[in-house]
Formats: sequence, structure tokens, C-alpha cells
Amino acid sequence: MEIFVNGEPRQVQDLYSVLQLLEEMDLLGKRLALEINEEIVPKSRHAEHLISAGDKVEIVNAIGGG
Amino acid sequence: MQDDKLIIAGKTYNSRLLVGTGKYKDMDETRDAIEASGAEIVTVAIRRTNIGQNPHEPNLLDVISPEKYTILPNTAGCYTAKDAVRTCQLARELLDGHDLVKLEVLGDEKTLYPNMVDTIAAAELLIKDGFKVMVYTSDDPIIAKRLEDMGCVSVMPLAGLIGSGLGICNPHNIRLIIENATVPILVDAGVGTASDAAIAMELGCDAVLMNTAIAGAKKPVLMASAMQKAIEAGRESFLAGRMPKKAYASASSPIDGTFF
Repeated sequence: MEIFVNGEPRQVQDLYSVLQLLEEMDLLGKRLALEINEEIVPKSRHAEHLISAGDKVEIVNAIGGG
Repeated sequence: MQDDKLIIAGKTYNSRLLVGTGKYKDMDETRDAIEASGAEIVTVAIRRTNIGQNPHEPNLLDVISPEKYTILPNTAGCYTAKDAVRTCQLARELLDGHDLVKLEVLGDEKTLYPNMVDTIAAAELLIKDGFKVMVYTSDDPIIAKRLEDMGCVSVMPLAGLIGSGLGICNPHNIRLIIENATVPILVDAGVGTASDAAIAMELGCDAVLMNTAIAGAKKPVLMASAMQKAIEAGRESFLAGRMPKKAYASASSPIDGTFF
């Protein structure tokens, strides 16, 4: 199925969890926050939350700013 | 001066200088400048993780550690209340429930002047959602008081446009805002050099937040140190109370005892 991660289309398997996505992107254990379709998925639910086709995933972190 | 502390949302700070982390040449310069500034509250922006590009590049929060600094996530770049609230919620998730935020909702790209209608709407939503809101505002004393009454933990009028370095453009308004306030008033934006920071503190500001004045200096680390001193000097000068201005001279040496 196709999902969107930070605006980029990405092909992933069915029954794909947030944790699997982060693992595949080499982001496991990194300081980040994640939302799907503008709803936050808290860290405690990354393992159980399954991504659906067409979902818009945003992964953010802190960068320099004033 | 020992017990003259800044208190924001119940937490006590020794430094009255708050700094941003933008526009530095690299992470080393960011770390060194912030260290030299003596700041304890450091503001950061929230942006998309840079996917695929240099995943081993140090993360800002590894350099500016939340264990050492109070991290103040900001909503820079937001033009609507909705985007600002969403950014704060992501920041709270990012920082494990840390709920102190700098709210700014911008009006247009040329001036980055705050959109106060959306700022007030966002502040209301954020406060209801449990955030402690430090709010960037125009230097309108009525709006500033309204933000305080709503429950913002600190009100931060601009001294000049963001990144302009124009200094304190309307000291009279800043003074009016301070006079009316019971929460800390911070000048946020506009400071260009150390004397601007000292003037803000002499007006009675509780603290100053700046980024470009340090990061945009030729030697940012040296300017960070200058700013720390200017903030301290300005604060002491405010507490000391300046002498009245006079139209004519008043000799400092006595007339009595002259032998000529």
C-alpha cells in the first residue's frame, strides 16, 4: 500500500506498524514526535498502531530556530 | 542581586537572557554561543525530520540537552492558530510531556509581525489543553494585558521586527506593558546589539529573548558573552534607579576649598 511520510510517497506492506516504519527508516530510539493524519501517535503506541493506506505520516524533531 | 531571580511558570532561573538556536554556522557554534550566553532557557523550532539525509548528523537536542537547559519549543513559521496548536502538541510529544511553549503566530512574510487575532485564539486553545504559554505579541499594552488575563505565563512584546536588529523601537509602549503586568514581560525580537539589551532591561523588562543579534554577529560567541553582561548590567541599573536627567551641568567636585 502507499502511504506518505513527510510529504513523500512510500510503499509499505499491509499490517505495518509505526514501529516498523521507524525501524526501516533508521529512526528507532531517535528523539522525535509522530502524527498520522494530524493526530499524534504517542511513543507508547508506536508498536501497536497500524498504518492504513493513504495515511499521511509526519515525523518531526527539534531544529535551530528563534 | 543573589536573590533577584527570574520566575516563569513557577520555575526559577538565574539568567535573564533567553536565546534561540537558529542561523548558526554549525552545531559547535550553536553550543559554544549558548554556553557563552549563560542562558538557561533555549528556544527551538519544530520541523520535519530530514529523511535519508545524513542520519548520523547530531540532533540539536543532543547538543542542547533538555537535562541541562529548559527547552522552549516555538511555533515560528506558523501563520494560523491551527498550525501553532498542532506544532505545540507535537513539541510536547517530542519532549516527553514538557508543556512550556513559545507561541507566535505570524501575520505576513515581509514583517513577520504577529497576527494577534490568531495568536489569541491559539493561546486560548493551548491554555485549555494544559500548556504554559509564553506569547510573542505586538507592543500593544491592551493586547498584552488581555494575554496575561487569559493565563499566559509570560508576555513577550517585540522591540523591533524579528531579525531586524532595529533595537527598542517603541520604549514607551514597552514601559506601559511592564507597568500593567504581573507576569514576566520579555522583549522578544528586535535587539541588535548589547546596548539594546541593556536598554530593554533598564526599562524594567524581566528578561530578553534573542537569536539573530548573537547568531548574526561577526563573532557570535563573543557577542553571546557581551549580551550576558548587558542583560546583567541593565538589570542592575534598573534596580539601582537612574539619576534624573537635568538640562544644565551640576559639578561633581565641591566648590568649597578651592585655592585659585
